[in-house]
Parts: sequence; structure tokens; C-alpha cells
Amino acid sequence: MKNNIRILRAEKNLTQGDLADAVGVSRQTINAIEKEKFDPSLPTAFRIARLFGRPVEAVFQYEGE
Amino acid sequence: MGRKPERIRQTRRLAVWTFAWVLSTALVVFGSEFLWNGAAGITLPALLLNLGLGIGMILAHRRLLETFDELERKIQMESMGITLGLTLVVGLAYSMMDITNLIPRDAEISFLVMFMGISYILAVFFNTRRYR
Repeated sequence: MKNNIRILRAEKNLTQGDLADAVGVSRQTINAIEKEKFDPSLPTAFRIARLFGRPVEAVFQYEGE
Repeated sequence: MGRKPERIRQTRRLAVWTFAWVLSTALVVFGSEFLWNGAAGITLPALLLNLGLGIGMILAHRRLLETFDELERKIQMESMGITLGLTLVVGLAYSMMDITNLIPRDAEISFLVMFMGISYILAVFFNTRRYR
């Protein structure tokens, strides 16, 4: 799953640690999501999208098979 | 969100349960041999205490896992799965080595416990690196 968290984070001037604290996960988890090594759960994806004030599909894009 | 203090608290709880369980294991093994000369009336309650503390340790571990986030939990679960599989395969191979006399002594359960511990540590290390 692709995402543009890094860009949105830069726009808001947030560090990975800030985002991790706001969402309630570890910094390593945010890093793994940004690098697209790990797909977050739906609640975490919605929390991230809500934090950036965007719909979830504007933050995460499913690539399909 | 207060995850760290809770994790520290649960880690300490797990450490206490684990320490108590290890102590009770020593009590059953060495107490039976050196303190009460194998009297079943004392060994059995000591063994029940050991089982109870073991269950407490497992529950404390589960509570610690609940303080982990989804990626950390995934890493732990994958590592435990690999450890379980490896222990089954290597443990049975080790047992067969004993049965077929490929090794000159009896297969010891302590070997398997050490193997499990090392496998788990290595699995957590490599799984954590995968998601970096």
C-alpha cells in the first residue's frame, strides 16, 4: 500500500516521533509505514488520516495485485 | 499516550513472575533432592506452586504484549511462530538422535529451553531489522 505520510508530515512540520506520539504507536512503526514495509491496521490508518485532516484514501492508496 | 510507563510496569511484573517461577523450579528440583529427600507430600505442592507461577508468568507476558503496538506485536508473533516451529523440528530431531544413539547421552530438556531462548532472540533481532 502506497502512502504520502512523509509529505504530509513535512507540510505539518512533524517528526516521526511527533506523529507516533499523536497516533499512539512507536516511531519505528511510523518509519515502517512511511517506507511501505508495513501496512497499518484500519484504526491506525484512520487516526493518521484524521490527524492530517484528510480522507483515508488521500493518505493511503491501495495498489492491488 | 502513556504507553511507555505502562510497558515498563508490565515488564517489571513479568520479570517478577519469571524470577518467582525460576526460583520455584529450583525449589522443586533441588529441594526435593537436598531439603526434603524426595517426600512426595512436599514435592507435589511445590510442583503445583511452580505450575501456578508459570501460568502467572504466561499471563504477565500476555499483558506485556498488550502494551505493544501493531508492528511490535507482529514482530513478536512472527518470532514466536518461528521459535515454536524450530523447537518442534529441532526438538524431535534431537530426540531421534537420542533414540537412535547418534548422541552418547540422554536428550536433555534444558538443551531445548536454551535453544528456544536463542532462537527467539535471533528471530526478534532479524524480524525487527526487516521493518527498519
